[in-house]
Amino acid sequence: MNFDPRFSGRKFTSVGTRPVRPDGVDKVTGRARYGADFNMAGQLVGRVLRSPHAHAVIRKIDTSKAEKLSGVKAVITAKDLPDLTDGDAAMYDILDNCMARTKALYDGHAVAAVAAIDARTARQALKLIEVDYEILPHVTDVDEAMQHHAPLINDTIFTEGLEQKPVKPSNVTKRSQFGHGDVHQGFGHADFIVERSFKTEQTHQGYIEPHACVASVSSDGTAELWVCTQGHFVYRQHCAQLLGMEASKLRVTSSEIGGGFGGKTHVWAEPVALALSRKAGRPVKLVMTRDEVFRASGPTSATSIDVKIGARKDGTITAAEATLRYTCGPYAGSWAEIGAMTAFACYRLDNVKTVGYEVLVNRPKTAAYRAPSAPMAAFAVESAVDELAKELGMDPVEFRIKNAAQEGTRSSYGPVYGPIGIGPTLEAVKNHAHMKAPLKKNQGRGMACGFWFNFGGQTCVDLNIGMDGSVSLAVGTVDVGGSRASLSLVAAEELGIDYSQLKAIVADTSSLGYNDMTDGSRGTFSSSMATISAARNAIKILRERAAQMWDIPVDDVVWEHGHAVAKGDKHGNLGKLSLKEIAAKSGTTGGPIAGHSELVADGAGVSFATHICDIEVDPETGAARVIRYTVVQDAGKAVHPTYVEGQYQGGAAQGIGWALNEEYIYGKDGRLQNAGFLDYRIPVCSDLPMIDTQILEIPNPNHPYGVRGVGETSIVPPLAAIANAVSNAAGVRMTHIPMSPPRILAAIEAEREG
Amino acid sequence: MVEVTLWGALSQLAGGKSKVEVEAKDIRELFRKLAEQYPGFEPWIDRGIAVAIDGVIYRDTWGKKLPPGAEIFLLPRLAGG
Repeated sequence: MNFDPRFSGRKFTSVGTRPVRPDGVDKVTGRARYGADFNMAGQLVGRVLRSPHAHAVIRKIDTSKAEKLSGVKAVITAKDLPDLTDGDAAMYDILDNCMARTKALYDGHAVAAVAAIDARTARQALKLIEVDYEILPHVTDVDEAMQHHAPLINDTIFTEGLEQKPVKPSNVTKRSQFGHGDVHQGFGHADFIVERSFKTEQTHQGYIEPHACVASVSSDGTAELWVCTQGHFVYRQHCAQLLGMEASKLRVTSSEIGGGFGGKTHVWAEPVALALSRKAGRPVKLVMTRDEVFRASGPTSATSIDVKIGARKDGTITAAEATLRYTCGPYAGSWAEIGAMTAFACYRLDNVKTVGYEVLVNRPKTAAYRAPSAPMAAFAVESAVDELAKELGMDPVEFRIKNAAQEGTRSSYGPVYGPIGIGPTLEAVKNHAHMKAPLKKNQGRGMACGFWFNFGGQTCVDLNIGMDGSVSLAVGTVDVGGSRASLSLVAAEELGIDYSQLKAIVADTSSLGYNDMTDGSRGTFSSSMATISAARNAIKILRERAAQMWDIPVDDVVWEHGHAVAKGDKHGNLGKLSLKEIAAKSGTTGGPIAGHSELVADGAGVSFATHICDIEVDPETGAARVIRYTVVQDAGKAVHPTYVEGQYQGGAAQGIGWALNEEYIYGKDGRLQNAGFLDYRIPVCSDLPMIDTQILEIPNPNHPYGVRGVGETSIVPPLAAIANAVSNAAGVRMTHIPMSPPRILAAIEAEREG
Repeated sequence: MVEVTLWGALSQLAGGKSKVEVEAKDIRELFRKLAEQYPGFEPWIDRGIAVAIDGVIYRDTWGKKLPPGAEIFLLPRLAGG
């Protein structure tokens, strides 16, 4: 990579301002096109048949009656999606999740699909498909699934990571461990020890837009896919591999996205739509219903976590330990591993140990959800930290400040930290007016910290300068949270032009080099690095063209504030040349002017947040209401502060729903009981106060502007901050998320009864 | 020669050693030498390993130099949302 990513400490003109978002008008007028808004001539309607059983062998599928129904153009089963994964276990799991092969592994698992001339015919056809199931015992609870007598979900899985290779298969796919020092010795030095067990229930990302795509496979083997996704290049790779196509023959265009939060990072329905189109010879639109979204896509892990933390009387933590058990759905994952890495990342600990267990259950395949796995670990750890502060008689903020990690601290997951923001977020919270505001009866205040890694990855940007001097920016990271505006600001900053001269688009997979998806808070971090690089490459050409126009050496031309300037006394009479003037002459100075960049953006800085929450609990009903909420988070550098605030508020809002209401409820039959927004309640505007935000800027040394990711960290502290607030309001420690009214009421009554 | 700290799963594959010494100038050479010394690492490298160099996590920049005396830490390659 011929690009220096180090932080330069420059002063900004465009970056840090708040221009109107470029996608705003289309979104508020309904012109913006989402996954289901695209149509093609001759398009069919795709529908998926799903298992009504939590765990069952698929003995036989008879599609003959459905195929004979008038208007049905294709019916597919797993036979139409043969295994082409060539030993790639992760891809095989994705394939099996798209279409069950030998067993249905959860309620909602796809077993067949149809393409028909309309939705009514497609639904009728699904009813005509006969599936012969052999129902098996199932397990949906994380702790039950770990028992020796639990129904085995995959008898080829033996627990990885044990000292001795196990002789029997298990629902526990992996054990992982992190830490340093000697926790046994550390607890020996503690004057106070808190030890608690916690549970969190499974939640869905709750994106408002369901999974949707239109697939069109031509008879020459080429194909197009229009899809709502967080990563169209990744979807292209997945689909091409699963359908046996060359990636270049499949052109994938990403639509606008109505939320993803990690749930749109791997394929679900898209290979099915392509296989239907291939068989029918016509385009196929496949849109999941909300019921399908809940039953068959998304969810995060349900967890069971034990935490033990010890401290001396002076408030120094001497040891910290956690055992974390996370559900993966029916396929192996690394969710507990992430929880184990993030659990104690906020603290400076001499003795720390975390152990994670990945657990298979008959629930949908677990997907990433915004800082995946970190919120649950933070809930358990930050609850115990709060309780320990109480036992010590210390202010919870002061206790955390005393033990906070800082530059040079060995992190609980291993490496030593560079410059980090946990201390500054805690100091900001300590001094925030929110912490001093009075509380009324039945109200309680809680606070908590959170950590997330943030990632970079492969990134590609094209910057093209038109002959009129306007600039188009083609990026390959899907704009989930406002990156088109942020990247336009970055290009404007580098080129020295006005934001209004730029237009950014998300290019399709045939127009730009490969890009990793928009996950891991990488969109603005990575693509801004590539944009800076592309702009600097374009400036090099602009200088060359100006040198030609002036007939002077290019080394005598510098770029300043959007103009080529001839430096030195010998060119003193030459006026400046604007970007527009140089672009106008480009046809005769060498042709189009563009800057390109292909790079791997690495070195994303870790980020920290501290949240404050006030809750009022009704002791008669157990209902809890958020009265006030404040987010303090390190952004490195906020490129477009309004969007950064939006990310902070969005993470907090999702966390509030997770903490107070949201949960997958399974019946004894292993079927999901609340697959809809009426029974699975996400917060709406009337549930929430205005969420206050405070942006801190501790520059990331590995980005030219100091940018860190901001999208995920904001969902890490809320479960714990709210649990601490509810515990303070209700006078009883809450250990089970969500803290729905029945759970709060039960806890209050149990406390009253002693 | 750089000293490399392994996380739990890799440590087991290295016969219980939590630290190993490798003669490597960059991440690419580090992975190659580790796979030679410990064949059990190969599937892990294929699946993806992140390398923290003095606290900065690198996932894909295999050309990144390993400065003498730097703290080198191997970590699982994680997913984000």
